[in-house]
Amino acid sequence: MSTTSTVLEKRKQHSIWNGGNEPLKANYGKLMMWFFLLSDAFSFSALLITYGLIRYRHNAYDGAPADFTFSPEYWPIPEKVYESVPFLHGISLPLVFVGIMTFILIMSSVTMVLAVEAGHRNDRADVEKWMLWTIIGGFAFLGSQAWEWTHFIHGSEKGTIIKHFINGEWVSRVVHGANLVENEYGPPAFADLFFFITGFHGTHVFSGVLLNILIFFNAATGVYERRGHYEMVEKVGLYWHFVDLVWVFVFTFFYLI
Amino acid sequence: MADHSHSSHQPGEIPKPHTKEIWRTFWILAIITAFEFLIAFTMASSVLRVSIFVGMTLVKAFFIVAEFMHLKTEVKTLMYCIVIPLVFIVWLVIALLMEGNAILHSGY
Repeated sequence: MSTTSTVLEKRKQHSIWNGGNEPLKANYGKLMMWFFLLSDAFSFSALLITYGLIRYRHNAYDGAPADFTFSPEYWPIPEKVYESVPFLHGISLPLVFVGIMTFILIMSSVTMVLAVEAGHRNDRADVEKWMLWTIIGGFAFLGSQAWEWTHFIHGSEKGTIIKHFINGEWVSRVVHGANLVENEYGPPAFADLFFFITGFHGTHVFSGVLLNILIFFNAATGVYERRGHYEMVEKVGLYWHFVDLVWVFVFTFFYLI
Repeated sequence: MADHSHSSHQPGEIPKPHTKEIWRTFWILAIITAFEFLIAFTMASSVLRVSIFVGMTLVKAFFIVAEFMHLKTEVKTLMYCIVIPLVFIVWLVIALLMEGNAILHSGY
């Protein structure tokens, strides 16, 4: 019984703030991580709502998906834009690749929460194992996103004919892929928003992977074991789950609706 | 979060993992995502379809925040500190979508 109470005492001590108590029964770092995530949720909402605003500002295509062709007149429908999978060139597989990416990120969220659970049990080997899987999942997602961007930028072989009004006459030109000025999928703002929002999310994933590597390194070198608790795993875990949460929203608004 | 039965173990001994809840949440997320794909391919675009997608996204968000981020087990005040400010997002969604529609129909 005495060992139990000393363990609890130790646990209690590290979470007491300098003012001598423990506001909201959370330690300082965890509470601040929550508030940071709240502010980050506002950043991402602002971006996604801007997507909504600009999308509502354009004409929506409401015919049959099979008859849809890309044009700057209409906002594109997702199953026509995202239909490629690596190594399966020329085969139309709508939304399959983004499905794989979603699965990778949800899986890495699961391995992260397993690492946090192992941390609660002070199980160093398990923390190392699950952190490593989370890092691998993060890299797999970033790699998929790099491929997705490359494909989006290069576009299809067919391209889209875009007309410009130059010196009093209409000039037709074929556009392949996307950049910030024009794209073959739809209005220029569509590609701008794609780059900005998935890029902002990808940057978050990248910083998350760096933090995960740091945590893995500290766990593997016994820093947390000596400290007596694995709360850093939990704090970085919050960030990682948030990145997954944002993807759930990006997935819905970019790829499904 | 350290309130589970772990503390009754001897020092040095590592308790067994408790992962049932984690995998249950994983299956919920996986099934909802699979269902979203099903709808994406079988249902024509409509207000109903968009509502289903948004509703399912919110359900997924709830499970990630409540189970994976353990917000469910935090003190109620902390939970409300995080959840209540999100009302501003709801306001911004309504305001800006109406605005976008108005710009479209104003002819600019």
